Amino acid sequence: MKVGIVGVGVTPFRPTTPEFSWKELMYDGAQRAYADAGIDPRTDVGSFITCAEDYYEGFGIFDEFTPDQLGAALRPMHTVGGDGIQGLANAVMQILSGLADVVVVESHSKASDILTFEGIVAHGLDPIWNKPLGGHPNYVAGLEMDAFLRGSGNTAKDCALIASANRQAALLNPIAAYGARVTPEQAAASPALWAPLRHLDVSILADGCVVLVVAGEKAARRMASAPVWVDGIGWASDSPSLETREWVIPAYARIAATMAYRLAKVRAPAGAFDLAEVDDKFSYKELQHLEALGLARKGQAGTMARRGDLDAGGKLPTNVSGGSLGCGNVLDASGLHRIAEAVLQLRGEAGRRQVDGAKRAVVQSWRGLPAATGAVAVLGVGR
Amino acid sequence: MRKVAVVGAGMTLFRRRLQETGKELSFEAARMALDSAKMEIGDVDAVIQGTAPDAFDGVHMKGEYLLDGSGGRRKPFMRVYTGGGTGVFSTIAGYWHVASGLADVALVVNEEKMSSCQPHPQSVFAHIWDPILDRPLRPNLIWIFAMEMNRYMTVHGIPYEDIARVAVKNKRNAVGHPCAQLPDPNITLEDVMNSELMAWPVRRLDISPPSDGAAAVVIASEDVVRKRRLKDQAAWIKGVGWCIDSTMWTDRDLVFPEYVNRAAKMAYKQAKIVSPRREIDFAEPYDPFDYKELHHLEGLGLADKGKAGLMTREGITERDGDFPVCPSGGLLGVGNPIAATLGIKIGELYWQLTGQAGKRQIPNEVHTGVAQAWGDLMQYGCVVVMGT
Repeated sequence: MKVGIVGVGVTPFRPTTPEFSWKELMYDGAQRAYADAGIDPRTDVGSFITCAEDYYEGFGIFDEFTPDQLGAALRPMHTVGGDGIQGLANAVMQILSGLADVVVVESHSKASDILTFEGIVAHGLDPIWNKPLGGHPNYVAGLEMDAFLRGSGNTAKDCALIASANRQAALLNPIAAYGARVTPEQAAASPALWAPLRHLDVSILADGCVVLVVAGEKAARRMASAPVWVDGIGWASDSPSLETREWVIPAYARIAATMAYRLAKVRAPAGAFDLAEVDDKFSYKELQHLEALGLARKGQAGTMARRGDLDAGGKLPTNVSGGSLGCGNVLDASGLHRIAEAVLQLRGEAGRRQVDGAKRAVVQSWRGLPAATGAVAVLGVGR
Repeated sequence: MRKVAVVGAGMTLFRRRLQETGKELSFEAARMALDSAKMEIGDVDAVIQGTAPDAFDGVHMKGEYLLDGSGGRRKPFMRVYTGGGTGVFSTIAGYWHVASGLADVALVVNEEKMSSCQPHPQSVFAHIWDPILDRPLRPNLIWIFAMEMNRYMTVHGIPYEDIARVAVKNKRNAVGHPCAQLPDPNITLEDVMNSELMAWPVRRLDISPPSDGAAAVVIASEDVVRKRRLKDQAAWIKGVGWCIDSTMWTDRDLVFPEYVNRAAKMAYKQAKIVSPRREIDFAEPYDPFDYKELHHLEGLGLADKGKAGLMTREGITERDGDFPVCPSGGLLGVGNPIAATLGIKIGELYWQLTGQAGKRQIPNEVHTGVAQAWGDLMQYGCVVVMGT
């Protein structure tokens, strides 16, 4: 049986949303997705999933506050303490298990409500070994960037290219919060706050909500819009301890990709996709993830960036949405945002950033510092 | 859809304060479950983690933090979270990992370490309320459960003794459970009824204790059960259901747990159970408070509305009664490390159905059992039906 994405709803990402509570933001995203799929959540949906973390939300048990604004009261619903693509994986499994025909997956960020984001991230570090060291937790990304550049042969200049390209790409994306004409030189000259990681290598938090409507094959073919099929999905975690995880080519991305490619029967990932959306919460992460996913040979991701292979008209258009650097870091909604972008691209509805003739896409997420967890999905149309 | 079974289970001691970290507790439970399933971590395709509020441990992304203890390193690892409902819900997630075909063997590990939260885990529950409507009233859980208990008693005219009897039964049932925190062979109805009043009508012995602990189960596909010759120790998952009610608890009918009823109907439909009271042999409903066992029996369709107390009074729900309820000793007797109650609910179903419950074994032959958990703000119900 196949599983298809039949509705997407994305609220415009913004640095702050004072007029909306997180509940209203979720309602807004859900309305858009339900309208896109042409469904009534109270009668047409079998199960609802939200992806959220208590500390980001500021609640003891955030799961309590999820149902009403999605139309899910007195219906099957649960929270995934994970990234949006992990939420999508649960939807796929529920459908394949015959537990539901239509599943709604939601994730959002109301990061503007968070007063001390770095304090929360620090609380994710090992409470005995790492947290007591103090400092801004982005130092972990600085260390990883250093290890990646030394280990792979990519350069800080390549990272500056990404920091520039994604912000420029975001200028074409109406939902992006941080589109800007940043040159690679400006990125390379921004302050090295966590050397070699520079200020412009870091994505900025944004508010936003993404909702998907997912359906089994039969239900999907009845829906309003042409389904985008989930051909493969995978997720994985590396060690949570900084000292024992893989630092150069992250194991979470490699293992998740292996699983997704196996299900999608992708044997040679390089060349298999018309488009890639990979996590770029830090600029170096895009290069690192391209290599972990087998989309670039080891040490060659930077070369691809320099050659223009990753541009909208290149060999493997990557993060034409603008990614997290251009659109904003929407926390665990970041993965769903990339899925939504790929869905629009594969439907041919991506407006000025449309990649011509896109039929197959690979999408990857990473949960952000200090996690070593990520997910990969292979999406396609036409079959 | 392919058949899915629980083929192994493990749980740690449940205690008010354990020396082990959350990771170590998860490891102990996972190790025991794998040993009982005659497997190694390399045989596991996916790990599912259940654990309730991050604030108990004071760790952000608690699932990520626990994952190496639970065996999730370099594997597909998934944390699901439905508050107190996580105790049973993680098994439902484990079920769909295997039923979907994405995994052949899934390891479900639930952990809770409430003692890290000082001075008392109740302080975490100060942050589970609507920040505008509820929090300024400074409510705590015992107050709102007192309201629910009072409404349940008042509407149905249930005497307090009928509710207190549940605490006596469960604390006595817990005697002989190797992990139990509060077993008491000599507890009497008077002890419960005369215990300290917390928030009328709730008394101290009506409430399960905060606890540290972990539990795990191994879930496998039909093929794995056959190939590894695990048929004699397999308890099949026949039906699963889950349901969340509105966040606005003040708008809810507190007399009848509609969300449990809907979750139960979903699970019974899948298990092809038409008459639950006749087709199910025993139950492990969630009993963090004694009245909740009765409340949930009614939600599960195992007792008529307002009549569950009579079943207790008449001894029907004793271990050797006609319909044993909480033969494990429940949360009241074994302890309430929120998500780790997996070991008392799903674990007990597994041990009873496969004849491994030792001193707690129900004397009558049992073929079908139902486990249920309850969570969030009196709004979450999840139900698993298992059978031989």
